[in-house]
Amino acid sequence: MGETIIKVENISKRYTLGGSRGYKTFRESLVRVLKNPFSRKDKPDSFWALKDVSFEVSKGEVLGIIGRNGAGKSTLLKILSRITVPTSGHAELRGRIGSLLEVGTGFHPELSGRENVYLYGAILGMSSLEISRKYAQIVAFAELERFMDTPVKRYSSGMYMRLAFSVAVHVDPEVLLVDEVLAVGDAVFQTKCMAKMREITGKGRTVLFVSHNLAAVGSLCERAVVLDAGRLLFCGPVRDAVNFYEKEVFDKKYLQVPVAERQDRSGSGAIRLTGFRLEDESGKPAGTVLNGHTARLVFSYMTAPGGAKNVDFGFIVERPEGGKAFQFCTRFSADNFDELSGSGNIVCTIKRFPLVPGRYRIGTYFLTESSPADFIPELSHLDVADGDFYASNYQVYEKETPLLVDGSWTREPLP
Amino acid sequence: MLTRISPGGKLSFADIGAVWRYRELAYFLVKRDISVRYRQTVLGGLWAVIQPFFAMLVFSLFFGRMAKLPSDGVPYPVFVYAGLLPWTYFSGALSAASESMVGNANLISKVYFPRAVVPAAAVLAGLMDLIVASGLLALLMFYYGIGVGPGLMLVPVLVGLTVLCAAGAGFWLSALNVEYRDIRYTIPFLIQLWLFSSPVIYPSSIVPDRYQWLLALNPMAGVLKAFRAAVLGHQSFDWQALGISSAVIALLLVSGFLYFRRMERSFADII
Repeated sequence: MGETIIKVENISKRYTLGGSRGYKTFRESLVRVLKNPFSRKDKPDSFWALKDVSFEVSKGEVLGIIGRNGAGKSTLLKILSRITVPTSGHAELRGRIGSLLEVGTGFHPELSGRENVYLYGAILGMSSLEISRKYAQIVAFAELERFMDTPVKRYSSGMYMRLAFSVAVHVDPEVLLVDEVLAVGDAVFQTKCMAKMREITGKGRTVLFVSHNLAAVGSLCERAVVLDAGRLLFCGPVRDAVNFYEKEVFDKKYLQVPVAERQDRSGSGAIRLTGFRLEDESGKPAGTVLNGHTARLVFSYMTAPGGAKNVDFGFIVERPEGGKAFQFCTRFSADNFDELSGSGNIVCTIKRFPLVPGRYRIGTYFLTESSPADFIPELSHLDVADGDFYASNYQVYEKETPLLVDGSWTREPLP
Repeated sequence: MLTRISPGGKLSFADIGAVWRYRELAYFLVKRDISVRYRQTVLGGLWAVIQPFFAMLVFSLFFGRMAKLPSDGVPYPVFVYAGLLPWTYFSGALSAASESMVGNANLISKVYFPRAVVPAAAVLAGLMDLIVASGLLALLMFYYGIGVGPGLMLVPVLVGLTVLCAAGAGFWLSALNVEYRDIRYTIPFLIQLWLFSSPVIYPSSIVPDRYQWLLALNPMAGVLKAFRAAVLGHQSFDWQALGISSAVIALLLVSGFLYFRRMERSFADII
């Protein structure tokens, strides 16, 4: 191990909850002082986004940061990239710092691609000489040679993200802070981004990598830390960290909580999910789904007192290595519910379940009149076991195909 | 290069160094503001002239012709335009700077750079309009047969003082605007009050001599007076007023930068 490049010591960050608006008005402050000149500032509600987080990263190391939404990952990166300051604690970083947090902020829609490359490059701390030197590479990587004189407002969102990402990875800093950027663009570009990330990490750069995608963290990092509710719970080899996260954080702290009481959800709450269980074709509770067999997914709900109108319910199944396996919702099959009130179950029946064995994840959402009512991105695991889909005794591997199509083969002689 | 991150933070020369290192960002932000403004409008650069031109017409009619305000022996239209030129720049730069932090909120909450670059760039972007609008002053002077003297050499210094004055007030207002969102409603009002307490539509000579120093405490007063003297050559420089105004500008700039720096650390959290 080489010298220490990043040293984080007892970093804490407190945010105050300022009601609907985070900011004050001058008038209110004045009135408060006049009414009560001797009181100290009233302390509004606050919470710790980070609490006593310490770790070190050596030169050339790629450290992953894993944790659920709101665990403090982004706050940590914001502090290390100096966007915000910690409430207490210290950190030291050696070398030029680059950060890929939300690529593309700073692009101006009216300006051409070329002008935006220079502007965004300058925002990320490059000199114009440096940008000129790398300009051809940046454009080639984004594959936008023909569009550099077009205002970016005419770009598709994919082109926009490609150009932004391309500028960002060409900053070539000694310390790189990366937050969820690999989720941009199409699959081909994502592969290219991963390759570029590997190239950067291969050059002895020190990288902090935050991602929901555990597989991406696993393949890029040697070591990872697990954050939950602002605290650092684990720090060690990436494989152990992922295991720790799955078993100790996800399973224990979230899956043990009844669905109705889960806090990791968003939406208006007009209708909420209160339970989830798996059943086999005869309606008996099951722990796993057998592919090739009928699976029944039973979702319990409860509406707000007024009931819920025009309800669309759906779920998303994510592959173990990240990425969507499939999505299914009542809208697809025109089974929307015009009106629901009180509580009940929604049952989804899938014949000949089409996925290869593995530990998938399932997330659910309710929409009422097309607006989000209840979204739980990581509801539960969904374990799929081999059920001999093709009744052939051939076990299809995950590497061979992500999906099992309901097909068969015959040979027909020429007419 | 070692970066230390800690909750406290004292102003050091390293901070000013950091702003300097990001001067190219300021340049690109200025370029962005200018090219976006000129690209989205039909009249483009003409806007820079239209505003002071019509102000000059209206002021000449009401204050020059009807109210018969004195103009130090210079035809009133030239007199008022020579005041409106730096004033239009100053008021535009000040209001742009005040809005700049809130206007670039997405940038500030996502990327690190010395925040002072943002209001500084907003102040500098207005200089383009100033250059365009000074063409009309040259035309007016030609029309009224006013020649230029050696005082013209002082113009860059006076423009520089105007820039620093707008930057100083801009640091204050942009930082206040992030924390107190009702500040923005007071800015047009503030600028209007400032206009009437500055010798733009009237000559500073209408103020009694013993109160001249008081007028010069308004930093723009000394600068405007000197600007007219430099361009029109109709009176000698009032070095005392310019000195007082320069001192006030220096104070405004240093205090504004310090206040901005103190607030800078919490910008990303409240913006």
